[in-house]
Amino acid sequence: MTGPWEYEPAPESREVADLKPNYRMFVGGEFVDGGGEPIRTINPATEAVLAEVSSADTGDVDRAVAAARNAFDGTWSKMPGKERAKYLFRIARLIQERGRELAVLETLDNGKPISEARDVDVPTAAAHFFHHAGWADKLDHAGFGANPRPLGVAGQIIPWNFPLLMLAWKIAPALACGNAVVLKPAETTPLTALVFADICAQAGLPAGVVNIVPGAGDIGAALVAHSDVDKVAFTGSTEVGKEIQRTVAGTGKRLTLELGGKAANIVFDDAPLDQAVEGIVNGIFFNQGQVCCAGSRLLVQESVADELLGKLRERVSALRVGDPMDKNTDVGAINSAEQLSRIRELAEVGESEGAQRWSSPCELPERGFFFAPTVFSEVQQSMRIAREEIFGPVLSVLTFRTPEEAVTKANNTPYGLSAGVWSEKGSRILWASQRLRAGVVWANTFNRFDPAAPFGGYRESGFGREGGRAGLEAYLDV
Amino acid sequence: MSDVPGRLAVAKTYKLYIGGKFPRSESGRVFPVRGADGAFLANAAHASRKDVRDAVSAARKAFGGWSGATAHNRGQVLFRIAEVLEGRREQFAAEVSAAEGISHDRSLSAVDTAVDRTVWYAGWTDKLATVLGTTNPVAGPYFSFSVPEPTGVVGVLAPQDSSLLGLVSVLAPVIAAGNTCVLITSAERPLPAITFAEVLATSDVPGGVVNVLTGRAGELGPWLASHADVDALDPTGADQELRGELARSAADTVKRVLSARREPDWTADPGLRRLREFTEIKTVWHPVGT
Amino acid sequence: MADMPFDLDDAVRDDRSLRRFLHGLPGVDQVGLEQRSAGLATRSVKKSAKRWAIDTAISMVDLTTLEGADTPGKVRALCAKARRPDPEHPDAPPVAAVCVYSDLAEVATEDLAGTGVRVASVATAFPSGRAPQAVKIADVEHAVAAGADEIDMVIDRGAFLAGRYGQVHDEIRAVKRACGEAHLKVILETGELATYDDVRRASWLALLAGGDFIKTSTGKVSPAATLPVTHLMLQAVRDWHQVTGDLRGVKPAGGIRSTKDAMKYLVTVREVAGPDWLTADLFRFGASSLLNDLLMQRRTQLQGHYSGPEHVAVD
Repeated sequence: MTGPWEYEPAPESREVADLKPNYRMFVGGEFVDGGGEPIRTINPATEAVLAEVSSADTGDVDRAVAAARNAFDGTWSKMPGKERAKYLFRIARLIQERGRELAVLETLDNGKPISEARDVDVPTAAAHFFHHAGWADKLDHAGFGANPRPLGVAGQIIPWNFPLLMLAWKIAPALACGNAVVLKPAETTPLTALVFADICAQAGLPAGVVNIVPGAGDIGAALVAHSDVDKVAFTGSTEVGKEIQRTVAGTGKRLTLELGGKAANIVFDDAPLDQAVEGIVNGIFFNQGQVCCAGSRLLVQESVADELLGKLRERVSALRVGDPMDKNTDVGAINSAEQLSRIRELAEVGESEGAQRWSSPCELPERGFFFAPTVFSEVQQSMRIAREEIFGPVLSVLTFRTPEEAVTKANNTPYGLSAGVWSEKGSRILWASQRLRAGVVWANTFNRFDPAAPFGGYRESGFGREGGRAGLEAYLDV
Repeated sequence: MSDVPGRLAVAKTYKLYIGGKFPRSESGRVFPVRGADGAFLANAAHASRKDVRDAVSAARKAFGGWSGATAHNRGQVLFRIAEVLEGRREQFAAEVSAAEGISHDRSLSAVDTAVDRTVWYAGWTDKLATVLGTTNPVAGPYFSFSVPEPTGVVGVLAPQDSSLLGLVSVLAPVIAAGNTCVLITSAERPLPAITFAEVLATSDVPGGVVNVLTGRAGELGPWLASHADVDALDPTGADQELRGELARSAADTVKRVLSARREPDWTADPGLRRLREFTEIKTVWHPVGT
Repeated sequence: MADMPFDLDDAVRDDRSLRRFLHGLPGVDQVGLEQRSAGLATRSVKKSAKRWAIDTAISMVDLTTLEGADTPGKVRALCAKARRPDPEHPDAPPVAAVCVYSDLAEVATEDLAGTGVRVASVATAFPSGRAPQAVKIADVEHAVAAGADEIDMVIDRGAFLAGRYGQVHDEIRAVKRACGEAHLKVILETGELATYDDVRRASWLALLAGGDFIKTSTGKVSPAATLPVTHLMLQAVRDWHQVTGDLRGVKPAGGIRSTKDAMKYLVTVREVAGPDWLTADLFRFGASSLLNDLLMQRRTQLQGHYSGPEHVAVD
């Protein structure tokens, strides 16, 4: 062997995904053809068509809501919590049993590295069902008074960045609390939701309790506006979230929103630097940075800025960018051509605004939607790359001199989803954690998720929580 | 009977309450307030959008101190409000009777309930985190906990009918949770609110924590709902149509909007709903290791 | 470490400077380090990359026997194995060194003369390090005189844990002087240091004092080598290189038994310190049973079917 030791390609088997040429929507316990224009979902790593998915039209939304209403009135809301719990346990087990299939399918449809789909998305999705299964028969103890009632039919709209996991975050608490759901997966990533539908069927879940209606934004809008929907839950962009809030305004529907972010990751000069570098890398390059809580603004204390940036560039250069199906890939494909062009556009804006652009010298595949991990230094608070959510593998680095300045800069955004703090000094961490206006603060770690830990935003990052006791409130009439 | 009139009472000039001070409206305008029987009671300051702007700015300025105060301290301040309110029981009963046209006994009862409600919320300040907060048993070597934190600056449209008890019932949870607020009073019955502001001013409530504007919900509400530095809205005093309009406007900055009925039974146990609605749950993670 | 607050000569000026320097090193977050280390351990190494890695790992083995029952015969058997690990497959590379107690160094030296396989001798009252310094130095001098190419010393953990860094430093310096031309590996006995912060400090202390290699363990204390500890020590030599331009090595020892383990270590070397460290000059495995598993896996790779333990020599 000549040159540095390179690992051979280690591709996961595509066969495991059991990919079918056609997928159909799931309404009233049946897989049916929708009236909408079929969606051709592609593999963002190759741009090849994966499958054709029938999509819903507004009549299908009506039928799905009616099926959910029937299921809610007829069986699900009357079923004792301990029985609902067992369905959720079954679903959790089935996700585990079919974990490899789901992980591979997710990677094919989304472009995320197989190691992440396998080690994060799928197990965390199963964990959400396990956790919420246990709540179904303990709602009396959740702190909302005796016998809290479900809301009814929940219309749920999820994004493409964590298709199965976001589905789990939505469906598990809704079902545990006794609601029926109509869920619209993202247009570019409908496949795992439809395999989940099959899991519901395998679990023997009563027909209509879960309905999956693939489609584009118009179908989401129809679901939100539907008069027989009692609750709307949305995860996605702040722009669409505002539109949904406007639609729901004055209708009496309950609403929870989990929207965008521009999280600050603050590194103090006494931080455990090597772990901070890992946290920064995880914070902005996990899932190609397509994470609402991504640590997209690095705020580093001036006295360690050069040292940290040196270590960071070295570490980012070592990231393995490429085929998402390769088990050794760290950074996979951007989910769509549209998203890739938005990332490119904002990166160009960053350059024209005068920030210093540095990108990993990695080679990118010729086909597919890829973007090299990029770090902008000398970013100022006023620049667009410091204010707008890029939703891609692009980090903006700013510096600060005092703790007060760090927190002020961190809070200087309309968003408030997450934040990171790195310091070996306990009192400073607790001080910063209190002062940061963000729903999740990761101290000396980043991007940790757990069904027992509430997640959600302040300000324009949305309202309502997912996970834990607090997350139940979104699906109970309390 | 004598021709000589008795002593003439000194009438109060009702003003706004902004940043701990009692200014006139920036607009210089007033509007006549009449009692339930139609008799003239006083002129109230007619707050303008610029007064809303000033009040929001005062509330924002006060937020850091108030939200950062210890829960014990906030509880003491709220308890002090109850004490001062209790001391002015007769005065409030008279104002409420005049405003709402109810008997003195019913007014007294409303004042008493308002005092008791304030005490109830005073006691919540240092229990909220215990009851709404948790440690999260996450599957990994981390200590994770969640705590409620105040949402920020809350715009409150006070109920139109219940001039004191309703007012206290919407205001107390907002400040007990650590928020600061801008409150638009009942349009027809604003006077008890301004007198209540005097209570606040003499109860160790830091200036700007509560700002009281007399005026019309329909005129001032939209400015509150669209103000980018207001974090949440309690539209209780708005009618159905206005509420929809405000909620739509609030969406521009993703404000939390309380979904509440217009005039609930203010004597009923309020529960935790309003405290929950104006708090955010913050989750903090930290590794556990040596 | 690119912006070291004061230069390294200042760091070792006196006990207080040394303490200030070592305690000024960035802290190590246990969870973060272990998580990153576990993440690297999931790398999948296949086909020719695996074959290359197996041969590289063999060439990095310090084939070790450190038993009270060791005899010249046992050492000679080990030397034979070291020279030609797999006589049926003579293309299998020799190991890096044979590692023995100082009284048996001479046996190994005679046996390995001219083979390229080096002789490493443990010294300094191995494994406890509890002896007067004069005795430790005499131990080293004996080993060097017996022809040892490499000396594996142990630090005084008692002094280190008590914060007497100057004493530990000076002792390493003294041993280094006694080594002459021989390379010095400094065993930190990380299992006794307990915290990663101390492992980092001890690593820098050993590098400052002139150790050519930093080595995790004697193999006599549990836990011996672990991936995260090795990861941390690789960061230390990487950072040392950035500051000084000087290349130093790392040797995990104890508890590494399988090819699968060795692959994880090599991945860690490659991704933490960098490909430059993928050589026996800068990375060693202190192991006894690892070699046989590497040889079995090597045969599996060459023959396309699984091998068994009776097909490779037990020594």
